[in-house]
Formats: sequence, structure tokens, C-alpha cells
Amino acid sequence: MNNNGAVVKLLDVHKTYNTGEMEVNAVRGVSLEIHRAEFVALMGASGSGKSTLMNILGCLDRPTAGHYLLDDADVSGLDRDRLADIRNRKIGFVFQNFNLLPRTSARENVELPLLYSAQRLTNAQLREKADRVLASVGLGGREDHHPSQLSGGQQQRVAIARALINDPEVVLADEPTGNLDSRTSVEIMAIFQQLNERGITVIMVTHEQDIAAYARRNVIMRDGVILEDRPVARRANAAGELVRIQGAEAPPTL
Amino acid sequence: MRVGSTFNVAFRALRRNKMRSVLTALGIIIGVGAVIAMVGIGNGAKAQVEAQIASLGQNVILIFSGSTTSSGIRTGWGGAGTLKVEDAEAIRREVPGVVGVSEEVVSTTQVAAGNQNWFTRIYGESADYFDIRQWPLADGAPFTPQDVRSANKVCVIGRTTATQVYGNEDPVGQILRIKEVPFTVTGVLTPKGLSTQGMDQDDIVIMPYTSAMKRVIGGTNLRNINVQIGDARQIEAAQQQIISLLRQRHNIRPGRDDDFTVRNQQEIAEAATATSRIMTLLLGAIAGVSLVVGGIGIMNIMLVSVTERTREIGVRMAVGAHGSDILTQFLIEAVTLSSVGGVIGIICGVGASKILSAYAHWPTLISLSSIAIAFLFSGAVGIFFGFYPARKAAALDPIEALRYE
Repeated sequence: MNNNGAVVKLLDVHKTYNTGEMEVNAVRGVSLEIHRAEFVALMGASGSGKSTLMNILGCLDRPTAGHYLLDDADVSGLDRDRLADIRNRKIGFVFQNFNLLPRTSARENVELPLLYSAQRLTNAQLREKADRVLASVGLGGREDHHPSQLSGGQQQRVAIARALINDPEVVLADEPTGNLDSRTSVEIMAIFQQLNERGITVIMVTHEQDIAAYARRNVIMRDGVILEDRPVARRANAAGELVRIQGAEAPPTL
Repeated sequence: MRVGSTFNVAFRALRRNKMRSVLTALGIIIGVGAVIAMVGIGNGAKAQVEAQIASLGQNVILIFSGSTTSSGIRTGWGGAGTLKVEDAEAIRREVPGVVGVSEEVVSTTQVAAGNQNWFTRIYGESADYFDIRQWPLADGAPFTPQDVRSANKVCVIGRTTATQVYGNEDPVGQILRIKEVPFTVTGVLTPKGLSTQGMDQDDIVIMPYTSAMKRVIGGTNLRNINVQIGDARQIEAAQQQIISLLRQRHNIRPGRDDDFTVRNQQEIAEAATATSRIMTLLLGAIAGVSLVVGGIGIMNIMLVSVTERTREIGVRMAVGAHGSDILTQFLIEAVTLSSVGGVIGIICGVGASKILSAYAHWPTLISLSSIAIAFLFSGAVGIFFGFYPARKAAALDPIEALRYE
């Protein structure tokens, strides 16, 4: 059990890229604690180092200096394969462009992380598990649809289901509403808020102020350091907004 | 530990690009099919040559008369007339292990019966000939040693000669006029078919060599002597003894060349099969080139596939795939393409050689080992040409791959 409930703990993390002659200090000493069941929006302009930090948080990249404790285990020095195992077990990814496999059914897309997991499941178990998670994001009945047969919002929900399939410690969302219209963005935010209510930790990268307002805490970066870290004062409620939008769109009743 | 699902992933990817998979496999299908068919043809030809060599008889030594050079014109084997009937008698008497000797003279001439006539080859032989060549009669009886001693006017004829001269009539007991000398046909030989050189071996008349010398050809020289040895292990020794015996009889001083040539069946077989072996090798090598081209096709498509699916590889890595999982996935795809192509290619190759032997009457011989080698080789082509693209995929950086457009 963790002593202070921190799922993610960054200790003076640096990341330096060596591009030939030039050294780029993308992240310059970030320390950050994120606790279980938090919903954090990581903000900043492009070049602020938020994407680099996100890659480190997602175990896609290793810090050049400093330590990263995920679920109390130091993952900053692990090799490629160990990092892959950590991503498989503890992290769920949601991307801006969904990154679903084309010409592959929603169910098979959601099953993908299970194929690389250490636990052996039968095909029937895989299917049952995938269908259950798809139903939980409101896609029951669309298990056999291919991405091309789904709307953007639906595709992003398939991606969320894929992120959730292995019961991760953290869901990492990189600009999850960047390719969606405002109404669908609210729908996706409603799902994230709902997941967060259930106790799932969500870290989301965004540059949109109104999207960040759905989180509980905003971390703002500039020039590779954290500029500001504040709780969200007036938190937006996506579910409530959806009801309001639907009311406005509904045909007038006599 | 994840091999099962990796197989699934690979098969799904191939099914998603059906047309491309089929076309890529086609390169291997053609390559393997060509190898199977070509090696089949080569082996078939070799087997035919070997069968014909075997039809010379077992443990046979052939002695040819030497050639002469007169005014610069060389006559070729048999031209010198250095072999005499007495030489054959001496071999029969003095060389141990000899079980049969046949003095041979050869000529071609017109033969006739009733109102039919036919141009054919006349062979003069001893009564041992049919045993030496292992050439039994289909009908009637061979001539006897007594016939040979008395130079009787009897002969045995081949199937082709029989049909040409007597039509559907039974030739046994009939008269065959050879150079206006009436011979009695005592038997008809079993058909042998074409020789390696395409000569009809059944277009023949065989008579006692004494009769041939006295009544048809004239002269006292033998073209060659066929000797059969009882035990294969004695062939070498017998061959040496024949050489020294003949040198002594022909008064050839040490250091001078023989005026005859001795060949055993082994040497003749080796010379003949060497040619067809080289042909098999050449045909196989040419077909093998097309298999390599097929392999390059696989490599090409796999490279395209890796580039095209960079994002997919990134996603797989992001959700926990190891580099080795990606490597196996692409290797399995390549090997599946090549080995499925290999199996279909084997079927096509066997089919093609069956068609060739049915319609073009080329002898083909497909051995199980050539099928097994073709299959294993096609699998190896998949691994060899699939490895580079697969390693390239496995080495991708997940961050770069996810960002790839």
C-alpha cells in the first residue's frame, strides 16, 4: 500500500534531446505528484515540454535525469521490454487521432492490449471482456463495426475502451478532443468524468481552457518547467451540459 | 508465450490485404512450381537414361575394334577390323568369371517377305546375346548354339520389323528373305522402345553371327564383343585380363596403344548420366533464380507493409508489444506468404510435369525429397527475405511511430 496515495511521482525529472550539434532541454526539472482518482489537465503552449512529459509519464520515453515512480516502483531506468510490460499493465492511452487499427472490428481493437498481456485468456474470455468494456462506454451493439463505420466520437470511445481493458492505474489522454466537434468533445469529457467518479486516475494533455475545466486540477507548463499547479475552482459538469444541449436541440413539444 | 495470438495477428493482417497477399505468394508459387517441374523433367530424363543403360544387361563389358588411319582418314571404332572370332573364343576360354560372350557384327539391308519389304538393321550375335542383354522373346524361340555353329539360316526379329513385314500375321515359322537368302523366323523379341538417341530398338533382325558373316555381310571381322561377367566384383579384374589377353594376341608391344577399346557398363552409365545430371542442375538453377525473385517480392511487400503500418506498430508497442512480438508477427506474415506459396507451387509443379508427360511425352520423375526440399526452401526464403523488414519494424521507436503520418 502506498504511503501517501501518490500513483505518479516525478522527482526532478529532466529530458534532454541531442540533435546533432544542438542540445534541447525539453523538460528541465519537473517534480509532480498525482494521487489516485485525480483528474489532471496538463496544459501549455507547443514547445512547453508537455508532450515530452506526457511521453515520460506514459513510459514511452525515459527521463535523462531524475526519477519516475509509478505505483511506488521506479520505472526511470527500465529497458524497452520492461517499459512495454508496464504500459501494458498500468497505463491506458487515448490519442488525439484515435489510433485504431483500420479494417479491424471495434472488439478486436479493444482486445489488442490483452494479446500482449502476460495473462492467458481464451478467445471467449477476450470477447466477453472486450464487449463488457465497450458496453460501459456506450458502444453495446457496435462490437463488429470497423472504425470507418463509426463517427469520430464513437471511434474515440473505442479507444477509451481499449485504454480501460487492462484496468490501468492511469489513463493518459493526449488532446483527446482535438479532432472532435464541441458537442462530441463534451460527450467524451462526460465519459472521462464518469470514469474519474469511479476512481480512475486520468491525466489529460490539452491546450484548450474550456476542456481543462472538466478536470479537477490544472498543471500549466512553460519552457520545460511547471509554471502553475492549481485546483479547478469552477469545475464544468459534462453530463449536465449534455442534458442542456439535448434540451435545446429537441424539437419543441406542444 | 504469446506465439498463439501473434499467429492470429499475422493471419488477420494477410487477410486484410487479400489481393496483395495472393500476388506476393504468386512469385513463390511460380518459383517453387518451376523448380519442381524442371527438376522433375531432369530427373525423368536421367531415370530414362539409367533404365536404358541397365537394358544393356548386367555386368557387361564391351570390347570395340579399334580405328585405323589410312591416308589421314580415320575410320572410327570398329573400322580397323582388329577383332577376330578367335579373340572372342580366347576370352571365352581364358578369362575367369565370364558367363557369356557374344560376337557382334552389324549391317543394314533390305529384307522382304511375300510382297512386303523393309530396310532394317541386321545384328549377328551368338546365342548368349539374349541373356547378356536380358532381352527375352515375346513369341517363338531364340536360335541355338548349334544354329551358330552351323551358320543356319534362322533369325529373330524385333516388333517393328515384324509389323512392317508381316502385318498382323504371326511371323514365327515364316520365311524372311535377306539379300535373297531365305531365313526362317524363329521368334519375336519383346518390344524395347526408343533408345536414348531416339533410335527404334525394335527395328532389328538378329541372326547367328556366323550366318551374318557368311551369307549377309561377308568378311571375318567383328565390330565388337559383348562379354558378361557373373560377379560384379570381378568386372575390374576381368577387364584387365581381357586387355592383356588381347594385347598379347594382337602382338602389341609395351608402350604402344591398344588397337581396341574396352568399356564396362559402369563407365558408359557414368558418362550418360553425367550429362543428364548437369541438365537437371541447370534447369533447377534457372528455376531457383525465379524463386529468389519471388523472395525479393516478399521482401519488397513486407517493407511496404511495415511503412504503411508504422502507426499500427506504434499502437501495438504503446499497448505493450515487445520488439520481439512485432518481429515475430512480421516474420510469420512473410513465412506464411512464402510457405503457402510453396505448397501451392508444389501442387502446380507436380501438375505441370504430369501435363508435360501426358501431352509432350517427356518422362518426368518427382521425388518426395525434391518436394520436401522445395517446401523447406520456400519457408527459408520467407525467413531470409522477411527478416530485414521485420527487424526494421521491431526497431521502431513507439513515439516516432505513433506520430508517423
